[in-house]
Amino acid sequence: MQKIDEIAKGVLAGDKRSIAKAITIAENSLEEAQSLIAAIYPHTGKAHIIGLTGPGGAGKSTLIEKMVREYRRRGKTVGVIAVDPTSPFTGGAFLGDRIRMQELTTDNGVFIRSMATRNNPGGIAKATKDAVKILDASGKDVIIVETVGAGQSEVDIIKVAQTIIVIHAPGLGDEIQAIKAGMMEIADIFVVNKADRENADKTVMDIQAMLQLNNKEKAWTPPIIKTVALTGEGVPQLIEKIDEHWQYLQKGVLHKRSWEKAEAELVEAIKEKVTSSIIEKLKREKRFEEILRQIVNREIDPASAAEKLLNQILE
Amino acid sequence: MQSERKIRVLIAKPGLDSHDRGAKVVARALRDAGMEVIYTGLRQTPEQIVETALQEDVDVIGLSILSGAHMALFPRIMELLKEKGLTDVLVFAGGIIPEEDIPELKKIGIKEVFGPGTSTETIIKYVLENAPKRR
Repeated sequence: MQKIDEIAKGVLAGDKRSIAKAITIAENSLEEAQSLIAAIYPHTGKAHIIGLTGPGGAGKSTLIEKMVREYRRRGKTVGVIAVDPTSPFTGGAFLGDRIRMQELTTDNGVFIRSMATRNNPGGIAKATKDAVKILDASGKDVIIVETVGAGQSEVDIIKVAQTIIVIHAPGLGDEIQAIKAGMMEIADIFVVNKADRENADKTVMDIQAMLQLNNKEKAWTPPIIKTVALTGEGVPQLIEKIDEHWQYLQKGVLHKRSWEKAEAELVEAIKEKVTSSIIEKLKREKRFEEILRQIVNREIDPASAAEKLLNQILE
Repeated sequence: MQSERKIRVLIAKPGLDSHDRGAKVVARALRDAGMEVIYTGLRQTPEQIVETALQEDVDVIGLSILSGAHMALFPRIMELLKEKGLTDVLVFAGGIIPEEDIPELKKIGIKEVFGPGTSTETIIKYVLENAPKRR
């Protein structure tokens, strides 16, 4: 087994094997992941992180393949993280997003990694944000994160990506229903894929109508781009818009967002550490079992029991 | 807090096979046994397969082939794996592979060959028992 600092060094040198192992560590071991991320963190913050989300069947993977090709034409290196759901029943996962990107596999300027959600809600895996940091530190110019086929609540991508693309396609049924609430608010750019289908313009109009309902003054109005991912039509225009959004972010919003993201990550890290250390401590005490028994016997409710235990520990 | 270690498996289709029924059945069975299964899709070159195994950091590779080109493609895959330092990955094969080729394949490092009619239980059991305990 390689040492963590050796792997971190490899990541910074852009070595593919080290990147792959680092992501595995991020997925499997909290402690090792922490020292790994600590070692590479000063080298992150250079990549443009793009999130791609939308309902299953809209063409996310196919579009990413064409986006990567366009970025490569423009001389950029690209990392892709494709997230698929873990079965809550078996714990297994079928990771098939790669099938549509396999021709990119042997390109040295591209690194693709499939991730299972491991039952993390929110449309991405818990380790996705660490995987992004690893690819960022490895020197990739652009990182694209594909979420699981998302509905309305899979919006965690906003905590990871700087530019969010919400993709939709005509004929997926329920039309715009699938991107109402949640999805609508997080989009920086809308893509209507399969734009060669006859009812594509209706999908565009539906999105326009939704956007007009949102009458808040905004410095950035999400554009709607039509694409045909199978042929690559519209993809250069999409990349232009992504670059425009990146420039918009750098005029000041990025700094504010970085602060918000830093705060969210810090608070989350504190929560996790405090919770697990308190729970471990409590479980070692006799009182824990006693109070469990009281809850089971309906002598005390769980919330009051928690308060009682915590008061004793925090005194 | 330690997350559960998952067995990551790559199911790969080298060569020019035109269907992947068997590969998908095996992929699904391994998924249902709690593993994370990456599938390459059809018509993969040895280079693509080995590069995928590297990027996905898999523990196990299952090669599925029907075309009869296994004696040409498998040695190349095993050679590339060695070249890239992926020597601790368990490689097994399945599909249409004549009995008399099996000893040669085992000699180059393919640990097991499953013929038509093998039950998915047999394959699951094999992978669970033989996947390298890494990390």
